[in-house]
Amino acid sequence: MKDRGGIDWSFWIVAALSLGAAAAVLAREGAEIALEILIKDGLLLVEIIPKVLAGTLIGALVRLLLPKETIAGLLGAGSGWRGLAIATAAGVLIPAGPFTVFPLAAGFLLAGADAGAAAAFIAGWLLLGLNRAIVWEIPFFGVEFVGLRMLASVWAPFAIGHAARVLASRFVPPPPDIPEGAG
Amino acid sequence: MILVALTALLYAIVGLLLWIAARRKDGTARKAISFTLRDFLHLLPRLIVGVVGAGFLARLLPQEAVLATLGPDSGLRGILTASIAGALTPGGPVVGFALGSAALKSGAGLGQIVAYVTAWSLFALNRTLVWELPFMPAWFVKLRILVALPIPVIVAGLVIAAG
Repeated sequence: MKDRGGIDWSFWIVAALSLGAAAAVLAREGAEIALEILIKDGLLLVEIIPKVLAGTLIGALVRLLLPKETIAGLLGAGSGWRGLAIATAAGVLIPAGPFTVFPLAAGFLLAGADAGAAAAFIAGWLLLGLNRAIVWEIPFFGVEFVGLRMLASVWAPFAIGHAARVLASRFVPPPPDIPEGAG
Repeated sequence: MILVALTALLYAIVGLLLWIAARRKDGTARKAISFTLRDFLHLLPRLIVGVVGAGFLARLLPQEAVLATLGPDSGLRGILTASIAGALTPGGPVVGFALGSAALKSGAGLGQIVAYVTAWSLFALNRTLVWELPFMPAWFVKLRILVALPIPVIVAGLVIAAG
């Protein structure tokens, strides 16, 4: 929703790469192999698209139904490991893309959540996010790979959140910005 | 079978949320559907290009080179290479997964690809630039990235130890 304006470079880079790869396969290995790959990829797409549709629908509904303040309220500054656990769980469960998650995390910070909770939230979403895993990762890698990767990563959002909490004072700029036009 | 069940679960959640939204009778459900269409139409071309491109890229990846740099025997050096490659891979929903699965099919090691996917998830350069920095304070982004730096290597080590 944000990149309606400027050029979406990552998309065009990927598009160019994909087209180039398709052309290279066609030139090197002939039409038969290229068609075979195209059909296999097409079937994978058919498998993924309904999940993506469900994922975006859930993301939009959650965005509209769950007020940001409700989440922010659970993540007070002195929330300890419980706050980190809630933040991680929220990241795991939130069915949304970066255009929802980062504004939400910034909202947490503004609402008084500390850097640890915000970092655990982002890490939980990035490493253990269920929606992302179901919609995108499993179709490519299969359940076994994703399960193993997640199992090995369960501790990470807590470690990231805790480390961010401990180190935060060295990173926050001394005079905090006073938000303008807040009142 | 598991995938069918997961899809069914997803749509059960959709149904439940839609029902809650519809009960509000304030246009929330309609708004959600129009948000969805906009997001979905934005994602669709990226999805098609990513998935179709991954198949062709997998065919082109030089298997010997992948095996040598990221193969199961590439050890810590392979894990570090994979982590750096992951951080440098552009973001977008499928790019890292597509390339990672292509490399895995070409003979890369499980731990190395876990490192790649983890690093891509945590650090993808253009997601950080396009999405994170505009919304989050710069000090926070620096802090988050710094504390997460060792994660891909440790997670890969755990996966190798378990497998």
